[in-house]
Amino acid sequence: MIRDNSETILSVKGLIASIDETPILKGMNLEIKAGEIHAIMGPNGSGKSTFSKVLAGHPDYEVTGGEVSYLGQNLLELEPEDRSRSGVFLAFQYPLEIPGVSNLDFLRVAYNSKRKFAGLEELDPFDFDDLVEQKLEVVKMDAAFLNRSVNEGFSGGEKKRNEILQMAILEPKLAILDETDSGLDIDALRIVAGGVNQLSTPDNAMLVITHYQRLLDYIIPDYVHVMANGRILRTGGKELALELEERGYDWVLEAEAVAS
Amino acid sequence: MSTSVKSLVNQPYKYGFVTDIESDTIPAGLSEDVIRLISAKKNEPEFMLEFRLKAYRQWLKMEEPNWAEVGYPPIDYQNIVYYSAPKVTEKKKSLDEVDPTLLETFEKLGIPLSEQKRLSNVAVDAIFDSVSVATTFKEKLAEHGVIFCPISEALQEYPDLVQKYLGSVVPVADNYFAALNSAVFSDGSFVFIPKGVKCPMELSTYFRINNGESGQFERTLIVAEEGSQVSYLEGCTAPMYDSNQLHAAVVELVALDDAEIKYSTVQNWYAGDAEGKGGIYNFVTKRGLCQGKNSKISWTQVETGSAITWKYPSCVLVGDNSVGEFYSVALTNNRQQADTGTKMVHIGRNTRSTIVSKGISAGQSENSYRGLVKIGPKAEGARNYSQCDSMLIGDNAGANTFPYIQVQNNSAKVEHEASTSKIGEDQLFYFAQRGISMEDAIAMMISGFCRDVFNQLPMEFAVEADKLLALKLEGSVG
Repeated sequence: MIRDNSETILSVKGLIASIDETPILKGMNLEIKAGEIHAIMGPNGSGKSTFSKVLAGHPDYEVTGGEVSYLGQNLLELEPEDRSRSGVFLAFQYPLEIPGVSNLDFLRVAYNSKRKFAGLEELDPFDFDDLVEQKLEVVKMDAAFLNRSVNEGFSGGEKKRNEILQMAILEPKLAILDETDSGLDIDALRIVAGGVNQLSTPDNAMLVITHYQRLLDYIIPDYVHVMANGRILRTGGKELALELEERGYDWVLEAEAVAS
Repeated sequence: MSTSVKSLVNQPYKYGFVTDIESDTIPAGLSEDVIRLISAKKNEPEFMLEFRLKAYRQWLKMEEPNWAEVGYPPIDYQNIVYYSAPKVTEKKKSLDEVDPTLLETFEKLGIPLSEQKRLSNVAVDAIFDSVSVATTFKEKLAEHGVIFCPISEALQEYPDLVQKYLGSVVPVADNYFAALNSAVFSDGSFVFIPKGVKCPMELSTYFRINNGESGQFERTLIVAEEGSQVSYLEGCTAPMYDSNQLHAAVVELVALDDAEIKYSTVQNWYAGDAEGKGGIYNFVTKRGLCQGKNSKISWTQVETGSAITWKYPSCVLVGDNSVGEFYSVALTNNRQQADTGTKMVHIGRNTRSTIVSKGISAGQSENSYRGLVKIGPKAEGARNYSQCDSMLIGDNAGANTFPYIQVQNNSAKVEHEASTSKIGEDQLFYFAQRGISMEDAIAMMISGFCRDVFNQLPMEFAVEADKLLALKLEGSVG
């Protein structure tokens, strides 16, 4: 789906970020265009999840250097909720449970705050119900989930499907999937990946963060990046993922060490 | 905790204004003479003065309770004004004669009293400092035989009824604050629902403290005769003062055979500022007596205000098959302290009680649930179900649960469930990542947490209560 003249959705340059004064990101560079699917792989502690949280604006992280441009605007200046309303979506590695708040209400309020932000009228509950019904198809979810509290008592797979349902409803411009495959059995993985593939269009982009190559059998990336020690060390096509699966990460790290 | 969970409770209190009105205020201090003076000002029957003096003499021998999980400097009871009333207190024939300043005050509080604007299906008794200034829909209620008037007026018009029931549920020397109230109470509401009558509208009393030095000691008495039903709601606000004002009310409910009383409170007294300066001390005794068989008393309270809340609306279930209920949301923020709960005393056979308590603590506040379930030896087949849930917002608030259970009958069944949860920063980030603002996120979580209680409120007030909580918490996380 790569087109030469695609618009740039995300441009990250020299991003440095820390948590509790411990530096985690040490000069991230990444450019994502519309229609692209990028995968970031890397060993534990390489900073993959931190990168996704920094993009979403998690308050625990402090950005101390570099820049992030999203659709031409400075993403780092936006509040987390405004990043979301502008189309940045993060599928959480560990989706939170929200007791007492029904999934349907949560989805509706989220959807309507995005519409309001775009200057559109809010959708009334009846029209919204119709919309949700269509979107349930994407992740093959039972409507009964809508009346339960957000993620409360959901299995790991159900939580991840619920994330993709939210993504289907919010129709993000940039979707970041943080280890969406963790804790999924093969059936759930297929459903989740199928959902993501259905939602991928020439106008949006996906950033898939994963530990294993497995997910990339289902979501085919245009680019694979290897991240370690807070930076991207190597970028390649989808075949790089296979090579990593076979050879592990060490050779990339060693090659980097030699180069520097 | 990062900065984002720090500023969600600090919405300015919007009822904190003072009404500038000339008052008939007696000097501060308490003595038998002051009590005689209050009684004389109200032209009370002799039995009432005796009642007050008896209470006062008992009170002198009593000690202020200190078992609650609250702390405050000693109260100087000689430094409180026990009677303060807007001037021109002769009886009003109609609302048109009520001082427009007062009507304006209540309108500003969202309680319009004038004919054109008043709430359509709610009769209101408006109490300003020590006296009732207006009661709406009295005539319409009278057509059904329902009496709804200030208790001072009831003492003139229906002294026998008042004498029969006053103090029958909360005896004069029941506790320190109840004794004080019995000695000095100045006004409150009196409700009488005759046999078989279902009260055609909601009854409501709105309490307003205006004077900075005065205490408010109101007394409410509701009697529901055989087979009658009534739903009653009280609301309260006060101006913001740096000093603390004492509010020591007594509410007594009596339900005869097959009668049903539903009593709801939305308490929004001034809570003091962020550092804990000022605010109302809310030391209240509320008790209902299910005297008749199959009678039912249900308390619903939403407690959001006051610097200190010390309050245990209770049910004494004497009649066989009688039912007591307590549904409570208590929210504390900043330096507020609440020690609240209920007592369910099962005396008759097959008596049932339900307790649902939801405590929300934000800021550096302390919120305690304290409840007693007592099953007497003759309460065959008695049942109780209690559920106490606490929610913490931020890292500096505290929540406690003190359930006391005493069972003297083997056939009784008592259940207690408790839970504690926390609104965490990660949950808020999850909402934010879905485009939902922190205010909306907290409102949604709180409203879900409180749903079981809000469902018990009369509809108009359930919406209000929801908004009130959201407002109170604005800025406590953020």
